[in-house]
Amino acid sequence: MIALEGVTKIYSGGVAALAGVSLTIRRGELAAIVGPSGSGKSTMLHVVGTLDRPTAGRVRIDGHDVAELSDANLSALRARRIGFVFQQFHLAGGTSALDNVADGLLYTGLRQSQRRKRAAEALERVGLGPRMHHEPHELSGGEKQRVAIARAVAGEPALVLADEPTGALDSVSGAGVMDLLRQLNAEGTTVVIITHDHAIADSLPRQVRMLDGRIVEDSARPRTEVPA
Amino acid sequence: MTTTGLTPARMWPRDVLKVGAVGLRTRPLRAFLSSLGIAIGIAAMVSVVGISSSSQAELDRKLDALGTNLLTVTPGQTFGGDDATLPDESESMVARIGPIESVSAVGEVSDTNVYRNNKIPEAETSGISVLAARTTLRSAIGVDVRSGTWLNAATSRYPATVLGAKTADRLGIGHAGPDTKVLIGGEWFTVVGILEPAPLAPELDTAALVGWPVAESLLDFDGQATTVYTRSDPDQVDQVQAVLGATANPEQPNEVEVSRPSDALAAQKAAGEAFTGLLLGLGAVALLVGGVGVANTMVISVLERRAEIGLRRSLGATRGQVRAQFLAESLLLSTLGGLGGAVLGSGVTAGYAAYQDWPVVVPAWAVAGGILATVGIGSLAGLYPAVRASRLSPTEALATP
Ligand SMILES: Nc1ncnc2c1ncn2[C@@H]1O[C@H](COP(=O)(O)OP(=O)(O)OP(=O)(O)O)[C@@H](O)[C@H]1O
Ligand SMILES: [Mg+2]
Repeated sequence: MIALEGVTKIYSGGVAALAGVSLTIRRGELAAIVGPSGSGKSTMLHVVGTLDRPTAGRVRIDGHDVAELSDANLSALRARRIGFVFQQFHLAGGTSALDNVADGLLYTGLRQSQRRKRAAEALERVGLGPRMHHEPHELSGGEKQRVAIARAVAGEPALVLADEPTGALDSVSGAGVMDLLRQLNAEGTTVVIITHDHAIADSLPRQVRMLDGRIVEDSARPRTEVPA
Repeated sequence: MTTTGLTPARMWPRDVLKVGAVGLRTRPLRAFLSSLGIAIGIAAMVSVVGISSSSQAELDRKLDALGTNLLTVTPGQTFGGDDATLPDESESMVARIGPIESVSAVGEVSDTNVYRNNKIPEAETSGISVLAARTTLRSAIGVDVRSGTWLNAATSRYPATVLGAKTADRLGIGHAGPDTKVLIGGEWFTVVGILEPAPLAPELDTAALVGWPVAESLLDFDGQATTVYTRSDPDQVDQVQAVLGATANPEQPNEVEVSRPSDALAAQKAAGEAFTGLLLGLGAVALLVGGVGVANTMVISVLERRAEIGLRRSLGATRGQVRAQFLAESLLLSTLGGLGGAVLGSGVTAGYAAYQDWPVVVPAWAVAGGILATVGIGSLAGLYPAVRASRLSPTEALATP
């Protein structure tokens, strides 16, 4: 599903946010990305999510070599195969939960009636059926993030990328959000989660640790297995 | 896998409109104010064109009612610079011109004043002239009688007068009647009629008209016509106009002035046209300012909504779709303004025309042109902000708080 080979991202200021990252995540995996602030986690997630192109290295997502795709192709890839969940939710104010989720499907080519139907289903799945017509300001942080998750999954993407989805939540709401993401993974979706919470990271099947733009530890490739 | 599976889906036009309306929905006051600028410009232009067209329609209606086939012959000046006179036979000669359908005339009774009563001192003349009129005058000019009757063969021989519209006002006479009398040249004349205003012969408005015979017998009128009025076949007015002077005074054709009063009315209108052009220019400036307002709103909108743009890109919006969203917003702002302005401008036109008692004419081309102009302005104003929005890097856009 995800294959990074020697991926480097150097920002215009000369900062190497990614310095030769190689990482493979298979279909159906549930992985945590951890590491100190500024270590390049978000940058890597953006590259994986095709929101940004690497300065060097190869990125293959869902069988596509990103370098070979135009901006429009990448947009289509995101619309159909990738769902994002952000720490700041990014919900549209003054718009009901239902419409927030339905508008997440705007770029899939579905008709409005189908979009709303799928949105309603997705909201039911995240347990917000009764809150469907509430606007973001009428929802708690945890509920907002569940709306954002519903939006990310309404299009049934193969890959869901979450950047600190529990970062703005208390531990109880955070646990609820994590349960949803685990459940999503159990249904077959590949899920990658950036988190600062050790307990959360440790509860996931795989942990990838980053430092200064490099992967310094990957539980799928324990150091002990690396030949000396 | 090849790229074939990754063609972005096209957005439904309805959805493009819907996302274009997001900014209007979330910031209605700002949207209203920036549309208002456009609306004012369009309203100004539509009402200027509308009012000018309505006044043109009124003139056309008036000319239609009055006819454009009235030609008048008046004496000009002699070669030496003195006032000329028309030959005695001019009326009958003119009547012989083929396409002329009717001829009439008035003759000025000089040095004769009109008073309401004999208590007013002689020196106070009231700018009212006394004209001897043929009985055919009323029908030739096409002026109606507001009160009483027009002169006939009988009343022409008696001290009876018909007053022009302004004359009646100045003398303070509202109705004609056997008991209403005015003093003309020292004789009491009964006011048998009062005329409506005569736009083609305004000289009648300020005159007291008396019969030709009575003018000669009572007022020392010399019997000379000072203005000959003719009505011609409408298709041959130009030909008649060309020969009229020479026919009226074959010996001194250059001492005769021929004019077409309807031309003067039309010329008066044309003078107003320059003013209309100026107002139209002002409207265009207002429209331009409105367009700058919309562009400004759009630039701010794009700046404020970077996070939304980033989110949309992460949801799979292409650059083109982001561009389309902001172009649609700009177009919505300006065309809504344009529509509002067209309605407002038509309303102003209708109100003003109704107040002036004119027919209401709002040319379709002005409304269509105005709305088309707003479409152009909307695209122009939105183009730069939309392109900027579409070029934003998704990650940087998302990073904005
Ligand atoms: N647009 C940018 N331009 C320049 N430098 C950037 C940009 N975005 C990120 N960086 C730099 O790249 C490095 C990695 O940033 P990144 O956001 O990936 O870190 P992170 O691991 O997600 O940190 P955090 O845990 O605080 O979110 C940082 O040093 C950051 O300052
Ligand atoms: Mg980060």
